[in-house]
Amino acid sequence: MTYHFNGMDIASDEEGYLTDLSLWNPDLALLIAKDEKIEMSPEHWEVVNFLREYYDEYQIAPAIRVLTKALKKKLGEEKSSNKYLYELFPYGPAKQACKIAGLPKPTGCV
Amino acid sequence: MDAIAPNADLERPDPLEIPPLCPGAMEASKPWIASPDHQKALGFPGELVENWKEVAIAKMGELLEKNRALRVYLDSCVKCGACTDKCHYFLGTGDPKNMPVARQDLLRKVYRRHFTLAGKWFPSLVGAEDLTEAVIDDWYSYFHQCSQCRRCSVFCPYGIDTAEISMAGREILDAIGKGQKYCNEIIGKVHTIGNNLGLNKNALRSTLEGLEEDIEDDTGVPVKLPLDQKGADILLVTPSADFFAEPHVDGLIGYAKVFHAAGASWTISSYASEAANFGMFIGSYEQMRLIALRIREAALDLGVKRIVFGECGHAWRVAYSFLNTLAGPFDFLDPNYPVPQHICEYTWDLIEKGKLNFDKSKNDHIRLTYHDSCNVARATRMGDQPGGQFEIPRNILKSVCNYYFDMPADTIRDQTFCCGGGGGLLTDELMDLRKKGASPRMKALQTVADDHGVTHMAAICAICKTQFAKVMPTYGFERDGILSVHQLVSNAIILEIPETRDDDDD
Repeated sequence: MTYHFNGMDIASDEEGYLTDLSLWNPDLALLIAKDEKIEMSPEHWEVVNFLREYYDEYQIAPAIRVLTKALKKKLGEEKSSNKYLYELFPYGPAKQACKIAGLPKPTGCV
Repeated sequence: MDAIAPNADLERPDPLEIPPLCPGAMEASKPWIASPDHQKALGFPGELVENWKEVAIAKMGELLEKNRALRVYLDSCVKCGACTDKCHYFLGTGDPKNMPVARQDLLRKVYRRHFTLAGKWFPSLVGAEDLTEAVIDDWYSYFHQCSQCRRCSVFCPYGIDTAEISMAGREILDAIGKGQKYCNEIIGKVHTIGNNLGLNKNALRSTLEGLEEDIEDDTGVPVKLPLDQKGADILLVTPSADFFAEPHVDGLIGYAKVFHAAGASWTISSYASEAANFGMFIGSYEQMRLIALRIREAALDLGVKRIVFGECGHAWRVAYSFLNTLAGPFDFLDPNYPVPQHICEYTWDLIEKGKLNFDKSKNDHIRLTYHDSCNVARATRMGDQPGGQFEIPRNILKSVCNYYFDMPADTIRDQTFCCGGGGGLLTDELMDLRKKGASPRMKALQTVADDHGVTHMAAICAICKTQFAKVMPTYGFERDGILSVHQLVSNAIILEIPETRDDDDD
């Protein structure tokens, strides 16, 4: 798969996860989100930005519980549950949010 | 209060209902092909080799030599039909190639052509066929529509194990350079990082510390999740999904609370931070061995006396049935305990000895049933009694939960249905197959939901948990209707709050 963005072809794997993570930028994220039929709200950005910060530090996406805990601090109890995350990212916060954040897909029995 | 009066007027879903035949319905279902990098990392050709036909036949010959059972399975089918309606993927899709006998025949017809006298001379009389590109395509499609759950083999009068045949099929596909991305990428991560997720030591440590904080916030008890602690008595080997996903992590918290309550000295290893062994799914003894050896090395390095496995279905099969052959002998472990031991055996033993205390009412919002995971049910045992793998998890659940109800007898225990995502098929591009394959289990769950008001289902397999969390909404159930067995233990267990603390709220 390829994303056509600003006159560039940006490669991704079969499922739309970027193959070169360094090519990510917020405008490209909007394009990926559009493909996923997601309109990015400030809450979506909170999730995506946290995923990227965490990835920078640990080279892996955070566990769901790590994510919900971080969101609880920033957005409060109501906007931090797993259920709320599924409302933001209906296909699943781990996979869909990682794709929009330009991170690799979490693998394994998840 | 236990029973809800069954509604006689309700139309009962039949989990065993035979669908109308839809030839070719699933022939387009295929997982992504492994990239050259993922293939080469495991020693397989990067892409389809030029002489794939010769390589495939040679590999088949090698497997027949090494694995006597495979030849028996290929020789002994008499087409009695007992297996035809036993596969959840057949029941869910109606595609006749998902009848176990038809799936076997995809390999059997080529075996007959090349390895039997009758097939060499009179192929059309004995159903022997040449290996063509179309056959390879069928192999790739339909050997990835078998979750290796072995339900069909329970009903086969000859005991033919279709799982072994689809493992052989996948092994041949790997040998010609046509591997499956999901499994092979993951196996590569285990070799380099130590687990399926690719969760490195720093991230693992930070995740475990976060869980310790959460437990103490919730309970006031400083329950620890030690990592790489040399000299610990017990090494816990658990699926990496337990560190990452819901409801898996609630099970991990449950194990930690049990260890804490028992006063056990235990540790997780960052080197062997994975119980799952996808080497089995691709039929590769060598990959299975390399993954299993990490557990041996970690156990030796940490100097533990016991190895306990967390809630992971096929991991328990590999551990229970093959670990000693793959990575033994384990004569350095304490012989007074099972080598290895399942976390359910560990917890049940403590319950039987009266060492754990529960407040069952903490689970009173849950009306529960239990899904027997296929590999645990049909390829392993727990405890020292036949059927322990069925009884022990149920005994635990009944000890911590007031409302427990079994699903229909022909859908549980040794006749259990696969969740629909086992055997290396838990990947997004197979979602259509996964949803359809879950239908017998979902119908069985609907039965107890209707009759007993069941709200939740517990399981002891990471794949089952992820699969059900994904597909249950399709069938009208809540996403969080699937639970870890040790999550229910975690809810009900009473831990002693240290006296040094001033606040005594729970």
